[in-house]
Amino acid sequence: MDTFLENSLFRNIYCNLASASENCAARGYGDALLPDGLQWLAFTLTGVAIIGLVVNAILMGVLGFIWFERRVFARFQNRVGPNRWGPFGLLTPVADAIKTMFKEDVAPEDSDRFLYNLAPVLMVVPLLVVFAVIPFGIGTFVADLNVGILFILAVTTMSGLAIVMAAWASGNRLSIFSGLRAVALLISYEIPMALSILGVLMISGSLALGRIVESQNVPFILVQPMGFLVFFLASLAEMNRTPFDLTEAESELAAGYLNDYSSMKFGLFFLAEFMAALAGAAVITTLFLSGWRGWEPVPSQVWFFLKMGGVLFVIIWIRFTWPRLRIDQMLAFAWKGLFELTLVNLTLAAILIAVWPQPTTTQLWMMAAINWPVFFASIWIIGKVMGVRPHQIDRTAMGALYPVATDEPAPASEASEQ
Amino acid sequence: MTLKTEPITINIGPQHPSTHGVFRMRVTFDGETVVDLEPIFGYLHRGSEKLAEERTYTQVVTLTDRMDYVASMTNNQGYILAVEKLTGIEPSPRGVWLRMIAAELQRIASHLVAVGFLIQDLGAWGTPLIYAMREREKILDLFEMLCGARITNSYLRPGGVFMDAPDEFWPALDILLADLPQRIDELDQLLTNNEIIVARTINVAVVEPEAMVNASITGPMLRAGGVDWDLRHRDPYDYYDQVEFERPLHTASDNNARYWVRLQEMRESIKIVKQCIERIEPGPVRPPEVPFLVRPPAGDGYAAVEAPKGELGFYLVSDGGIAPYRCHVRAPSLINLTLLREMLVGGMVADMFVSFGSIDINMGEVDR
Repeated sequence: MDTFLENSLFRNIYCNLASASENCAARGYGDALLPDGLQWLAFTLTGVAIIGLVVNAILMGVLGFIWFERRVFARFQNRVGPNRWGPFGLLTPVADAIKTMFKEDVAPEDSDRFLYNLAPVLMVVPLLVVFAVIPFGIGTFVADLNVGILFILAVTTMSGLAIVMAAWASGNRLSIFSGLRAVALLISYEIPMALSILGVLMISGSLALGRIVESQNVPFILVQPMGFLVFFLASLAEMNRTPFDLTEAESELAAGYLNDYSSMKFGLFFLAEFMAALAGAAVITTLFLSGWRGWEPVPSQVWFFLKMGGVLFVIIWIRFTWPRLRIDQMLAFAWKGLFELTLVNLTLAAILIAVWPQPTTTQLWMMAAINWPVFFASIWIIGKVMGVRPHQIDRTAMGALYPVATDEPAPASEASEQ
Repeated sequence: MTLKTEPITINIGPQHPSTHGVFRMRVTFDGETVVDLEPIFGYLHRGSEKLAEERTYTQVVTLTDRMDYVASMTNNQGYILAVEKLTGIEPSPRGVWLRMIAAELQRIASHLVAVGFLIQDLGAWGTPLIYAMREREKILDLFEMLCGARITNSYLRPGGVFMDAPDEFWPALDILLADLPQRIDELDQLLTNNEIIVARTINVAVVEPEAMVNASITGPMLRAGGVDWDLRHRDPYDYYDQVEFERPLHTASDNNARYWVRLQEMRESIKIVKQCIERIEPGPVRPPEVPFLVRPPAGDGYAAVEAPKGELGFYLVSDGGIAPYRCHVRAPSLINLTLLREMLVGGMVADMFVSFGSIDINMGEVDR
């Protein structure tokens, strides 16, 4: 019970419901709503309340993020963006949701109904669960698992399975392409993603997200630039966002696995897409941007959401400015680029941890100073090996050819023999 | 060990976000590779050529608008040139300069659409497309000043144009011409050296110049293969022999070359418009003696212009009546599509739509 009560969210609800607990009394809580002997009920009610609170908070967060994305997107394109419903158009996502709910729910005749209905649920639930282990502030978390990061890695893998299920159950050939791509991406990007976190885990010495945040006297983006880059790109691929949105690939597969979904089933996929971005940003903030840590008197929760907003902005920025990679280029990028980068990062982190087993703040800064030159050198080498640099395209030949065609016009009689 | 894979056939279109209209392809894939392809079109067939036989010569202008609706002015131009050749009407100089300005502006607008949608096909969520469309809007505003319509202009008449440009047109055109080169440079900077665009377009869908000549492909697609064939230069119509311009050529003949040639042609078009403004003089926009109901003598006439998509030809047969006896259109979009199979087979799914978009077809013109 003591460990539960460290969670301020749980404590505030539970101790106001059940009074007789001496643990609550020790923390200065007085009279309560429920009579003595009903602590089991208080415990259950608290759990339900927290679940309801967190799920609703995430859904509201998704609505806010949809609005934010559309407004930022519009700015990139010299437009104003949604500004009709509510102040600054804040209610536009609500209107969208209502519209989606009232659409007719059509399923293709050839579809495998069970899998077809299960896939959207399987897409959303793991993403909701991710938020359970993320510390949003001091004492603000649902569960502080001691294997939190492993839990996140395990749970997010489900989204690939959900896409394959949706693609297969739709019985649509364009969807099957999308499913095949989802599997290829899952296999390729899960490995660099997991490996890129190892550096962070070595330095912080823990798998618990709370402990990782506490050990970030220097944000790990400075100490682990390679790990950050790989994790960021791999999570972009995991959440199927541009330039890795191959499973959806609007200009190729129409909408990929979403082709045959309508109404709220489509709405759930849509929700999951944005929720994945939120979850990814939250994990990146926790692992690399020192989570809720900031300066007083601004509350720790505000710091967390500010950093998360920054990451989300970068995600939106990338999405609306970069074209999509081809599937072979994407797999090559994962196996020839990111994988090597993680190996370099891992080796370096292992050596540095062997030198400084319990790094102090100064030692973290020294690690950063060693990491950055190696980061730039590795990026340069990988770019040399993999990239199609413009100098390989013969620009000079283009320039030379350009004014060549200045001979006299051909006689009109000759040219008009069509 | 070799894995045996089963090819699957997919029907793409006529309703698909990337087929640029109601185009349909029956494609056989082996994994992500295209092994066979059969283009099917005709979904937008409106019988324009037959309809032309029921209209007077002036009324047919409105039908030509609706063929390549991204480049109405050049369609008008091709048709009007054929009518003038058939009847022997001598156009008035101001009308000719005006229609050259309109045609070159239309070429810029059409190429902007082609470049913008090429990037859209690469999956860039519309940002470069909207940059290109923003510039096209300004050109359409100018068309609205010229003739009151933005897309289906019907601006040209036998002997010139139907209306002189209003006074406010010329300062607006000057502002546009001062602004447009910077906007094209902006597109150039944003797109040409972009790592992903380069990786996606270089050496993709290469077509041999010989094959293109044999298939009588014209326009930027041919010039991207290094063949110097531009009707404005080879067989000058209107006053194109009196203006200076260069023809951008490229040898690579891949998607990137086609994109690059279009970008450079926009710059050349701006040069031509500037020269037209210098040369234009006051006068009637069409000869007063040309009747509104043109009645050419019996005979036939063919005229071709360099439309943004390629060589656009109109073949008219007259039996001496007020309507053409027969009207045939040599549509560049349709003829440029003939190498589609050779371009796409052996490529990847993702490249398929980019290569298809790089031909720059318009279904209104393919099906007519």
